[in-house]
Amino acid sequence: MNVLQTSIDALALGAVYALMAVGIGLVFGVLRLVNFAYGQLIMAGAYTLAFTGSWGDPASIAVCVAVVVTLSVAMELLAFRRLRGASPATMLAATFAISFLLQSIALLRYSFANKPIGDSVGTLSGLNRSLRLGSAQIQWITIVAIVVALVVLAALGLFLNRTSIGLQMRAAAADFRTARMLGVGANTVILLAFVISGLLAAITAVIFVVQTPLVTPDFALRDTIIVLVGIVVGGIDRLVTATLGGFFIGVATGVLGDTLPSGSRVYLPSAVFALVILVLLLRPRGLFAIFGRAPAERV
Amino acid sequence: MREAPLLAITDLEVRHGSVPAVRGLSLELRRGEVVGLIGPNGAGKTTTLHAIMGIVRPYRGSIELAGRSIRGLPPERVARAGIAIVPEGRRIYGELTVEENLRLGLVARRARNGAANPFEPVLALFPALRDSLERRAGALSGGQQQQLAIARALVAGPEVLLLDEPSLGLAPRLVDAVFEALAEIRASGISALLVEQRAQRTVAFADRTHVLANGELRMTLGPADAGDTNRLVEAYLAS
Repeated sequence: MNVLQTSIDALALGAVYALMAVGIGLVFGVLRLVNFAYGQLIMAGAYTLAFTGSWGDPASIAVCVAVVVTLSVAMELLAFRRLRGASPATMLAATFAISFLLQSIALLRYSFANKPIGDSVGTLSGLNRSLRLGSAQIQWITIVAIVVALVVLAALGLFLNRTSIGLQMRAAAADFRTARMLGVGANTVILLAFVISGLLAAITAVIFVVQTPLVTPDFALRDTIIVLVGIVVGGIDRLVTATLGGFFIGVATGVLGDTLPSGSRVYLPSAVFALVILVLLLRPRGLFAIFGRAPAERV
Repeated sequence: MREAPLLAITDLEVRHGSVPAVRGLSLELRRGEVVGLIGPNGAGKTTTLHAIMGIVRPYRGSIELAGRSIRGLPPERVARAGIAIVPEGRRIYGELTVEENLRLGLVARRARNGAANPFEPVLALFPALRDSLERRAGALSGGQQQQLAIARALVAGPEVLLLDEPSLGLAPRLVDAVFEALAEIRASGISALLVEQRAQRTVAFADRTHVLANGELRMTLGPADAGDTNRLVEAYLAS
């Protein structure tokens, strides 16, 4: 095992999982809805890249962003907005339905054409070249993924902390009803959350496609489940803890994936989930709940 | 012709499921007035405020602001129409700074006229907040948190201020401070609907005070009734 190699690869996985965690966490913040269809947004982005690959990378990526953001907004306008006020269980079932619907649509492509499942993608394939760093072979996409995640998270942090609409989103996430009574538009902040969430899914799609240039209907599904688990472990109540949860489960998955002997790698999901159960038993409000203590009632 | 009341509620009925929480309530708030709303727990005071703010949908009746119906508007539209609320339990954002809480009050502010700092009037009213602008609001004392909740509502520049038990849970000295602030707010020309548990104080302070019980208006008292303990007791016991 190469420590440097493992560290950087795991860091990159953590960085991308953090982006996904923010995408899911933003929507959860304003809607108290866990969007299980998030992985299918990434999948749709990946297919868009596959279908538009011949247009050149810039155009292909631009279309990917447009398609994923549109799809994310469409989910809100066509499904979730109509269920506003429905029970959380109903909303959750709706996200499962959308998730399966999109996967089934993707599967149709193969069932009619009777061809092997999967489309290959060549987006930014140059980033798969490696860089020698001592004894480690680091792919450019690994470095790009870390840098992009850092830049995007920093930009989002500035947006949430320095702009009026960002402040309104934070307030809506903390206490939605009070925010509305202060004049914060419910539909505005929710729609914005879906736009940013879609943007992050599109960025994730590009990175994943470079790393795994074969798009299938279950593309990013496993990653989404792991990220969801990470969010819950970190603490879903707050964006910061959710993001940290996504980051750390990504790093943990990366490290375990590299260090487990190849024969034991099939146990990786079981190992991760065993860890999760342990954490939730010990810290039900999330591993990083220290950042999220409830505001003390003062008299 | 008399000017239309600033806020007019007519024959309001609000139900929680099939249970009426407010029944046939009518009241008026004229420009510059403070109207009190008192009564035992569960009388429908908070529900009335929630109906005005658009948090709950009235089953029947009308709610008008300066002659225009605001019934059925979502809370954000009510807020932008010029009604601000100091909600029950203060509901300040403890994780945000004092200044961020005040900035949220600006969201509903309509006219952004006046280049002057929009926080200046409320900081003059509550000087303690001036030194705490960068602090987490959750770190403030209970009395200061209540000041912040009132200040946040005021920076919206409302025509009507709704206050839901602003003195709840405060020590007597701080209750005095709240009523002193309300007196200054009244002097600045803002009209207010004041929901309170402190009956005597409210009756003495408000231009009129309505007593609610079981969702119905039982009687209306004037400042002169504040010393009449018997009437107050009767008003509560009549429920």
